Amino acid sequence: MDALATPLFEMDGISKRYGGVHALRDAALSVEGGRIHAILGENGAGKSTLIKIIAGVVAADSGRMMLEGREVTFASPSQASRAGIACVFQELSLVPDLTVADNIFISDPPRRYGLIDRAAQRRMAEAALARAGASDIHPMAQIRDLPLSRRQMVEIAKALARNPRILILDEATSALTQSDVTKVFDVLKRLRQEGLALLYISHRMQEIAKLADICTVFRNGRNVATYEAGTKSDNEVVELMIGREYRHVFPPKPRPVPANQNPVLEIANLSWSDRLRNVSLSVQAGEVVGLGGLDGQGQRELLLALFGVLRGVTGGLRIDGKAVTIAGPRSAKAPRVGMALIPEDRKTEGLMLPMSVRDNLSFAALARVSKAGVIDFGAERRLIAEMMSLLAIRASSIDAPVGSLSGGNQQKVVIAKWLMVTPRIILLNDPTRGIDVGTKQELYKLLRRLAESGVAIIFYSTDYDELINCCNRVLVLYDGSVISELEGEGITDRALVASALSIGADKGSQAPAVAR
Amino acid sequence: MKDWRYIIREQRGTLIAMALFVAMFAIYVTNHPAGFTLNVVTTASNKGVLLAFIAMAQTLVVVTAGIDLSLGMIFVLTNCLASWLVTGSPLETAFGVAAVLAAGLACGMLNGLIVIFGRLQPIVTTIATGAIFFGMALLLRPVPGGEVNQDLADALTGKLADKVPASLVVLIAVVLVVWMPFRRSLTGRAAYATGSSEAAAYMSGVAIRKARFVAYSLAGLLAGIGGLFLTFFTYSGEASAANGNTYTLYSIAAVVLGGVSLFGGIGSAIGAIFGAFAFRTIGDLLFVFDLEPLWQPLFQGVVLLLAVCLGAFRLLQIRNRLDYFG
Repeated sequence: MDALATPLFEMDGISKRYGGVHALRDAALSVEGGRIHAILGENGAGKSTLIKIIAGVVAADSGRMMLEGREVTFASPSQASRAGIACVFQELSLVPDLTVADNIFISDPPRRYGLIDRAAQRRMAEAALARAGASDIHPMAQIRDLPLSRRQMVEIAKALARNPRILILDEATSALTQSDVTKVFDVLKRLRQEGLALLYISHRMQEIAKLADICTVFRNGRNVATYEAGTKSDNEVVELMIGREYRHVFPPKPRPVPANQNPVLEIANLSWSDRLRNVSLSVQAGEVVGLGGLDGQGQRELLLALFGVLRGVTGGLRIDGKAVTIAGPRSAKAPRVGMALIPEDRKTEGLMLPMSVRDNLSFAALARVSKAGVIDFGAERRLIAEMMSLLAIRASSIDAPVGSLSGGNQQKVVIAKWLMVTPRIILLNDPTRGIDVGTKQELYKLLRRLAESGVAIIFYSTDYDELINCCNRVLVLYDGSVISELEGEGITDRALVASALSIGADKGSQAPAVAR
Repeated sequence: MKDWRYIIREQRGTLIAMALFVAMFAIYVTNHPAGFTLNVVTTASNKGVLLAFIAMAQTLVVVTAGIDLSLGMIFVLTNCLASWLVTGSPLETAFGVAAVLAAGLACGMLNGLIVIFGRLQPIVTTIATGAIFFGMALLLRPVPGGEVNQDLADALTGKLADKVPASLVVLIAVVLVVWMPFRRSLTGRAAYATGSSEAAAYMSGVAIRKARFVAYSLAGLLAGIGGLFLTFFTYSGEASAANGNTYTLYSIAAVVLGGVSLFGGIGSAIGAIFGAFAFRTIGDLLFVFDLEPLWQPLFQGVVLLLAVCLGAFRLLQIRNRLDYFG
């Protein structure tokens, strides 16, 4: 709009290589104050690297950055921070053993006589939390006692406390509840009015549509298009992102499963602590049962309870009509149960990042490829090759550490690892969080193929589109109990939102999650 | 309104260590023939203060998720150095004290530099530097001997104004001058942040290297103060490998008793000091109950195990098995 004014921040000719891989090639970006600038692209398109370069976490191999027309270089995150760039990272940058206030002012607390002034710090922390719309968080609480959604709010408060001129949000809303998202959006709009430049990275197209003024699409390490928000259709945007003809993201909806079959998995009145209350459900072979509702209403706990991770679970569990008790993941994956859980946090619960793709893949299935306790390397290799091609996992070698793969490919490794034990029941805990459209599409197809081959699937997702398009039935949870069940054509956006909130209206606003 | 609950939660380890020590010491003095007198307290203070200094030193390093196995040897080395230097006229003695403390600090700085710039693991680094420090101690004192300014020694191991144990006053002074400022400084917070989550600390622009360096350096200094006090008690220097190793291991025990997490990021030197005194009181309890001193290591081991179990009670309440690993 204001073509003559110097942009607040500008970068061009930016390239960065990791080993033989070009993360960024001659990329450019120009950011203006008072606008929310969305960055779109698949995982591996170079968005994360771009942000890390702006935030001083990594240095570019070539190219230049200009802040208010002056060339700048950042050797560390603290230098970028001093220049007025604050970043809310997707990987949380909070220190678990310190308090909320300590974390918000971790690198530059108020001081008196050279020592930290804790009273002042506390006041400022309260102000920062209020500014982020998170006054429910006590500034003296320790981070490790807070649930993920509260931590993310602290992270946002921390970035705001630095009074940045450029605020970068990298998937900053991925762990937030819907009411938090609304608050954060209000905050961001206010900051836009105050003249800040906001860089917003998200995989959620709806959020971008609601929030962004201008969008830049990245593909293969290059910025391929920049346009005013609202001037392109979703289909056009996705085409730009994946660089190929966009068809349907979701495979056709599943055919209804005959109701008279015997269920593979059946639970009755499952309760645990105050997080699960009398949950009953049954899943038949070939059926995909979704778990819906607001985030944090017991969906994750239900999956963990089924997998034997929680202690003190009451209620009945039947597999193929026979009552079983599952004492832990080992007995859950045993052939008589045949259960697999794709965890939410792949970095800690799904993968051993420094170990190779090969090792990660065969951990769960070692029993299948070994004879008398000795691993049959030939059988292992064949099975791995089969899985790598089935899921189209892109890795430079099966001996490369899993940590070197892109997020989407890491998630595929987690899934492949469990498919190697040929499970009959698959539990999925929000498996597409933070992965790109292309990989999502592959996962949906895979889900459908598995169901068609007779696997029973329980699928928790925070993305309503996924529930609508992938599930035969959806159970909506609220405060630990199932409050409604939707089926077939009855699974609509409206129905999901309405049933997720119907009880919420009775009990006032959605209760903030309490510390575990 | 609920502030105090957050404070108690944060200081839980320290409070438990304090309670443990108070309970043990109460049992000790009520069964002691002399009862709760200044002499009994002074003796207890003098017995515990050496380990308290080393435990404080260990806390600084453990908080950054490191460990310093050379502290016992810095303690022995500074003891041998003090038995040469801390003697003669008041001026010479003052110079000697300064030199001994500087030597402790230098040892700590060496550890810090190697760990940070050599990127070596603290455990390996400090085993190696510990051996070097012990070698230097042997060069200084091939056989036990030397002397110390007796006036100063008696003043600091006796009673101050006939009312309080001088060693306790010095310990509190060191807490106020070294520990409290560290805890309240940006560097101290950086040390906790580094120990708690190094990656998050780095992303937040925390000065990680500086925090590590200061932690190791101050640990050396505190071990030097310990060595100086050892000289005041023994009036001589001795390059004793057994002594060095014992103090290193006991310092780790004291730190654990004091509620400091060996994984870093949690705990306080004040807790470790109470841990050290509690550990020392075990021997005294055996004495008042007329048990053979030979039982001491066994009892110390049992108490340590119990303390660790106490920390593990938390695990019984865990209802999500994934929390075992967090």
